[in-house]
Amino acid sequence: MFGYYVKLAARSLRRNPGITSLMVLAIALGIAVCVITLTVYHGMSSNPLWWKNDRVYAVTLDSWDPEEPADDKHPDLPPPQLTWRDAEAVTASGIPLRAVRMFKGFGVVSSDAAGSVRPENAIVRVTSADFFGLFDVPFRHGGGWKAAADSGPEPVAVLSRETNERFFGGANSVGRTIRWDDRAFRVVGVLDDWHPAPNFYDLNNGAFDEPEAMYVPIGWAPVLELKSAGNTNCWKPEEIKTYADFMASECIWLQAWVELPDSAARVRMQGWLDNYVATERKSGRFQRPDNNRLTPVDQWLRDNDVVGNDNRMLIALAFAFLSVCLINTVGLLLAKFLGSASITGVRRALGASRRQVFLQHLAEAGLLAGVGAGLGVLLSLLGLYGLRAMYASPWGGVTSVMHVNAWSLAVTVALAVGAALAAGLYPAWRIGRLAPSVYLKSQ
Amino acid sequence: MLAMRHISKVFRTDLIETHALRDFSLEVAEGEFVAVTGPSGSGKTTFLNVAGLLEGFDSGTYLLDGVDTSGLADDARSRLRNEKIGFIFQSFNLIPDLDIFDNVDVPLRYRRMKAAERRERIASALDLVGLASRAHHLPSQLSGGQQQRVAIARAIAGDPKFLLADEPTGNLDSLMARQVMDLLEQINEMGTTIVLVTHDPELARRAQRNVQIVDGQVSDFRPYEPHARPAPMAAAATA
Ligand SMILES: Nc1ncnc2c1ncn2[C@@H]1O[C@H](COP(=O)(O)OP(=O)(O)O)[C@@H](O)[C@H]1O
Ligand SMILES: [Mg+2]
Repeated sequence: MFGYYVKLAARSLRRNPGITSLMVLAIALGIAVCVITLTVYHGMSSNPLWWKNDRVYAVTLDSWDPEEPADDKHPDLPPPQLTWRDAEAVTASGIPLRAVRMFKGFGVVSSDAAGSVRPENAIVRVTSADFFGLFDVPFRHGGGWKAAADSGPEPVAVLSRETNERFFGGANSVGRTIRWDDRAFRVVGVLDDWHPAPNFYDLNNGAFDEPEAMYVPIGWAPVLELKSAGNTNCWKPEEIKTYADFMASECIWLQAWVELPDSAARVRMQGWLDNYVATERKSGRFQRPDNNRLTPVDQWLRDNDVVGNDNRMLIALAFAFLSVCLINTVGLLLAKFLGSASITGVRRALGASRRQVFLQHLAEAGLLAGVGAGLGVLLSLLGLYGLRAMYASPWGGVTSVMHVNAWSLAVTVALAVGAALAAGLYPAWRIGRLAPSVYLKSQ
Repeated sequence: MLAMRHISKVFRTDLIETHALRDFSLEVAEGEFVAVTGPSGSGKTTFLNVAGLLEGFDSGTYLLDGVDTSGLADDARSRLRNEKIGFIFQSFNLIPDLDIFDNVDVPLRYRRMKAAERRERIASALDLVGLASRAHHLPSQLSGGQQQRVAIARAIAGDPKFLLADEPTGNLDSLMARQVMDLLEQINEMGTTIVLVTHDPELARRAQRNVQIVDGQVSDFRPYEPHARPAPMAAAATA
């Protein structure tokens, strides 16, 4: 019987190609808009380091003003960054397998290499040696620097793949010289493509900030008296005259991350943090209640509102659009079903039960939605491809979130089934309810 | 076969109530060929719809082939309709998307018959109405008389005991009408009970029995009739 219904449905849909394509298009568009939005949303909120979610933690301590929380919107959270001395103490604690303290720097990058582009402004991450191992950063050439290079500090640098393309034509530049604000650094490594999106490890300037052009050891901060190109926040009225004053101040401007291989290490690290804060408190710091946190990446993204209300609004709008498309389809389908009501009446007279009439019309709606969903998937792939092309930039950035994955395809299929039921149920039910004789007379 | 006693059927709209059938009683015996006549709006179609289980009724009893039809659920009514009743309409009501073969197939589909048996029945029904060669034409490719013969083939393909025809010749010229009537007589001779609603006194005269409906009632038993009986029917009744 199911085969018979599908055959009848195909006949009926071919009878009015205009209305049929209108309905298919409505379903397809609604689904495509939803899939595109969901894919982007999922990309934006997904955890780029998911495989290390039980090992890698952001370190935060509440060193803020005893009178008020660091962030009124999240009064329960400690400030998102650390002071210089707290960050230094955390990385020196000796407990984590790897520990990183860092900030976002800025400057003019240039090279003497033949065929190199002109000097340009770029973001330079000032970080510690463990950065690359902790975040599983892939290398194309060479590698990171030794821990000793941090304290020296040694004039070594790691370039992003894009920087290496621009300044060295993509050749292996390990051992060659790159200049940062007219100081020469020796290239020790070149990254492969690496654009974590969102760039969870430093959310100060947005989750989809331009990626770094190069990386240099943290020890250069005091030597060159570097300041953060990201955020620096101070709450305490302190006299800051020299860079040494700044390093000793309560200003927060560094991110700290640790890798703790198991829960025992995690417990030890937490104990160390609590102990450290208790000791500091004796000298008058940390006057707020204990709030020393080790936050895994997924929680870190939530705490920092990476999936903002903007994006949720977008999702809501996309689903509103889908509803409009589906309601239109319901209307068209209802009109079409009622338009062929006399035929339905004949079928009823010849012995079709209400249920059989209902199922036959549902089959028609299902077929319609199947074709619509197929086209919808096609349209969403096209749309995502188009978006990628539109936003393509040598720096990557937003485009890296727009990969279609199994997750959004699964949602697509669920949407298609939902659309079939939503658009078909009511008209099919309505058509079954009317007394058959009414149809016969209506012609 | 068909026994209606004191049936009443009221159509209610916001403005008016129409008593389409009132205290309507009629019996049709197995194998009969009954012609039903009456003025327009008198309730003939309503009677056929109730008889064919396309519509319910408000009071009275209706036994179809010994089965009390009141209180039957939609599924049971549909099954009864499918197995015992064949419908023929004034405007043929063939399904335009389906070819002749598939049109005749419709009632058999709802009976969940095996494909081989369906094919056999469709072939013999089309044979009977003389349209076997047109099995794969669309309805729009046939003349009105041919279309009505297809509708008859569709009505009898399931081998129903009962054939209900609502002015089947109303849209046909007199030659085609006579052919259709010949066919119905032939089917009746093979044992099928037929109730035929018609305006045409000549056709009505060919039935075994005439019943006139006036104002929602069978008029023959009423001593006083407020509506004038059409002259030809009076002639037929006395004939
Ligand atoms: N669905 C309906 N709703 C309201 N009134 C109806 C309906 N069907 C029939 N009627 C009324 O019932 C009466 C009988 O109609 P019908 O059985 O179609 O008459 P006939 O077939 O003899 O011309 C008429 O007055 C008609 O207007
Ligand atoms: Mg009528």
